[in-house]
Parts: sequence; structure tokens; C-alpha cells
Amino acid sequence: MAIHIENLTIGYRRRRDAKVVARGLSASVPSGELTCLLGQNGVGKSTLLRTLSAFQPPLEGRVSLLGRPLESYSIAELSRTIGVVLTEKSDLSNMTVRELVGLGRTPYMGFWGRLSREDLLRVDEALALTGITALRDRMIQTLSDGERQKAMIAKALAQQTPLIFLDEPTAFLDFPSKVETMHLLRRLTRDTGRTILLSTHDLELALRMADRLCVMKEGLRVGTLDELSADGTMAAFFADRGIGFDPSRKAYTL
Amino acid sequence: MKRRGWLMPALGAAIVVLGVANLLLGSVDIPFRAVLDILFGGGDDTSEVWRNIVLKSRLPQTLTALVAGAGLAVSGLEMQTVFRNPLAGPSVLGISSGASLGVACVVLVSGAGGHALSRMGYFGNMAMTIAAIGGALAVMALIAWVSQRVRGNVTLLIIGVMIGYVANAVIGVLKFFSVEEEIRAYVIWGLGSFARVSGDQVMFFVAAMCVLLPLSLLLTKTLNLMLLGDGYARNLGLDVRRARLVVIALSGVLTAVVTAYCGPVMFLGLAVPHLCRGLFATSDHRVLTPASMLCGAALALLCNLIARAPGFEGVLPVNSVTALIGAPVVMWVLFRKRKNDFAE
Repeated sequence: MAIHIENLTIGYRRRRDAKVVARGLSASVPSGELTCLLGQNGVGKSTLLRTLSAFQPPLEGRVSLLGRPLESYSIAELSRTIGVVLTEKSDLSNMTVRELVGLGRTPYMGFWGRLSREDLLRVDEALALTGITALRDRMIQTLSDGERQKAMIAKALAQQTPLIFLDEPTAFLDFPSKVETMHLLRRLTRDTGRTILLSTHDLELALRMADRLCVMKEGLRVGTLDELSADGTMAAFFADRGIGFDPSRKAYTL
Repeated sequence: MKRRGWLMPALGAAIVVLGVANLLLGSVDIPFRAVLDILFGGGDDTSEVWRNIVLKSRLPQTLTALVAGAGLAVSGLEMQTVFRNPLAGPSVLGISSGASLGVACVVLVSGAGGHALSRMGYFGNMAMTIAAIGGALAVMALIAWVSQRVRGNVTLLIIGVMIGYVANAVIGVLKFFSVEEEIRAYVIWGLGSFARVSGDQVMFFVAAMCVLLPLSLLLTKTLNLMLLGDGYARNLGLDVRRARLVVIALSGVLTAVVTAYCGPVMFLGLAVPHLCRGLFATSDHRVLTPASMLCGAALALLCNLIARAPGFEGVLPVNSVTALIGAPVVMWVLFRKRKNDFAE
């Protein structure tokens, strides 16, 4: 199992108390697959991803990545284990795509931040895998949202981590770019054996492309679409929104 | 970066030319040969007056402008990166205000106590320097403390600005209870000048800056990561809280030392990093940090030269010159950038 969580409570610690976002989360995500995290707005998808990336400590419960407890990882080890693509839109400018992807090599750099031959090789490889080799000398501020998202994914690839977490990588993209991005991520799990976990609101795409779904609603359920359709999780996920789910066709009905 | 390789040597050459101009030009006409003789020994026919002017006035001023410009520019660059805000600079965050408060306390309170510092010469200067460093470091310590406790850089920036306001308010109150003569001494300090650092202090100032400036080069990797924002920086292995503290501390100390010796010199710290980003078309601190040092030094020398130009001497404070040059530079860079963005 790439990710294993047990009775996890996530949220924010405040001075005296804590603001709990979600509690009682338990799940296992297998290696080398594309897993889509689904859930309503505010259910805590981002908080869960932030907790799994060790940006914030869990309030209770345990997380283990690749069989090791999360808290046993040092910052340096984490940077070689998890790559992230976040929703925060960075206002980067005057930086080429290649320089950005090069920053993904930071965990392997020496003190002065100079890229070695190996680093440059990995950067080119990441650019090729994401299909943006032609954009490598463009400035970030001149890219479209979809191209920028691919550059961030290339950055995470150059980081050479077994795990990649993406927080809503398809938001703000036009439909073809959404499909392209999902295809790309799916292909990466196949070609490079990486474990990719992403949160998304694009249900249709998630149902079609994900190896496994991770449904966040009063707890966490992980399974293939077949499994979750059969045990009623998908139907329950849509039920109170007035949306039907047809388990035989494995599609939602309006 | 590769295309603009010639810019770095060009900046170096500009510094040499402006430095020499600073030694040569002034209200007293001293021939080039004589200046060389005075600086490098030899030729006993130079007059004592010339010797004094070059060694005790022009040389210290040139050295002061050189390192002060470099220091303010690097400090501004670091602040703009750590706060990810193009308007950050040494004078925000209240660090300059802290220095001003320190000086105001010493100058104005001593006046009220009957021991007017403005009439105490060397000792007075020394006290002002120490007060400025003390005030700036106090504010910086406060900011550093706050930076460990608040999320988000905008909050921190606003707190810094607020601390500045509080400091200025306290200065206002102090002024109200002070003797006019002391207020003048304070106001003159506040105008900023590269000329006030006297011969024996200049060595100390230059030595301090020679230690502090290279430290900025050690932060290159940290600063580059900070460009990505806290989340990405942390994911790439940066201890964001510690890094923020280190960068704020270093740029704060740079500002504090420069402000102590030269008064609050405005605009250099804000304008130079923008100018360098525009010139070199990069955000990479491996280029920007040295470029800002060179560009800041060159611009400070130019401003000092203009402030001393015939007809102005003693009248035009350095602060006015830096603002007159700095503000249009920033606007030009921003306009140009906008146009390029549309073109591509």
C-alpha cells in the first residue's frame, strides 16, 4: 500500500481548541495507480491532501506512506517521497518553464543550486513526458492555464517522487485540457509506476479514467468504480443532491 | 540570462566610471593627476587642502555610497521575494522607522535633558549610529517574532507597516516636546546622506557590509524556492519558517546598518530589484542577487554625484535624488513589462 491511513482526524489546531474538518478517516490507496478523491466542497479534500503531504499535522490517528509512519520522515526525505501540485496560483514571472521544472530538482541539488548533468537529463525527461518540450524556453506568465498546469506536473515529475498529490489539477481548465491532463496523469502511472492521488470535481472524468475512487463523505471509502457501485457508496454519494446513480450503467442520471 | 551576459561587466564598468567621477567631481576643482597622486602616494606637490578633500570627504563618501547602495538593493530584493510582494522594500516592515525612532529618542530626549547631542560632535554621531541600529534591530526582532506566529505574508507585511506608523507617531510626540535645534538635527538625519560617515567610521561601516553582503549569496537556493510560494517551497524540502526568519533577519540587519550610517535612504531598495528583473529578464537569484548589488552600488554613486552637482551642494538631499531617479525607473520597468506580456 502506498498510502495507509487509520482513524485519522484532520483539521487545524488553534490556540486552545482545534477546528476539526473531518474525523474517523481510514483507507488504503494502492501503489502505481491513479486514484481520484471525490467529495463535496468543504468536506475536507484539500485538508486531507495537506495532511498527507505533511503540510499540517493530523489531529489524531495515523498516516503511513510506503509503509513508514508519516511523522518519521524528515523534510528532506519528504521532498524525495511526495511531489505536489497545489491550487495556489503562483504569480511566477520572468522564469522559463525549464527553470521552473529545474526547481523540482532542488531535493537533489548541492548547496549552490546548480543543476548537474543528471538533473538536466531528468528535467528534459519530465518535459518530454508531459509533452511540453516545445514550451521549455517560454516564460511562465505567457502560458495558458492548461500549459502552466502541465509545467507544474512536470516539476513534480522532475522531483522523482514515488507519490504525487494534486489538488484539483483540472479546475479552471477548458474541457479538452481537463481530459488531456487526466490522460497524462493516467499514462504517468502506467509509464513511470508512480502513485497519483488527486482531488477533483470533474465526476464524469474521474469515473471514466481513475483506477480507483476515493469517496469522502462521512468517512472515506476507497475502491474501484465496480466495487463502490455495488456496495451503494456511489448511490449514497449522489443521493441527497437529487442526483441518481445507476449502478448497472455505472453513471449518474440527472 | 545567456543573452544578457554582457550586462554584468557593463554594470561593473559603470561602477568604476561613477566611482572615479565621485572622486574627481565636486565643488573644488582638483585635477585628475593630483587625485591619483593623493590616492596612490607619490607626487608631493599636492596641497594639504586637496588631500583633505579627497581622503576625508570624497573617498569616504564614494565608499559609503558603494556599499550602502549594494546593501539596500539586496535587502529590497530579499524582502520582495520573501513577502512575494513587489512593493516590499527596506522602508516597509517598519525597519527604517525603527531606526528613526532610535535616533529620535536619542537626539530629542538628550536635547530635553540639557545635553544636546547635536553639539557633541563625534560622540553625538556615534550615539546616533548606535541608537539607529538598536531601534532597527528592536523592530526587526519584533517582526521576526511575529513572523513565527502568523500565517501568510500579507498579514506580516501589514503588521510591519503598522509598526512603522506607531514608530512615526511616537516620533511625532517626541518632536512636540523637543527643542527646535534638536528637531533640526533629527530632520537632517532623516534626509539621508552618504556624506555623514566620517573617515574612521567609514572603515567600520565598509567592513561590516563586506561581511553582510556575501551572506546574501548563500541564500540563493532558499530565495529561488520562495518564489514558488510556501506550499511548493516546503514540498521541495525548505523549512519555510526558518528560511523566512533567516532572510528577514539578514535583510533587516543590512537595512539597519545602512540606515544607521546614512539615514533612511528611500527608493533604492525598492527600485533596483525591479530594474534588475527588467534588465536581466529573470527571477533567478543566482543572477539577481549579484546584479542588484552592482546596480544598487552604481545607482547610489550616480545619486550621490547628482546630489553633489554644482549648484546643489548641501542643498539637495540624497533622498530627493533617489526618489527622482527611482520612481520613474520603477514605472518604466512596469510599463515595459506590460507591453511585452501582451506582445507574446
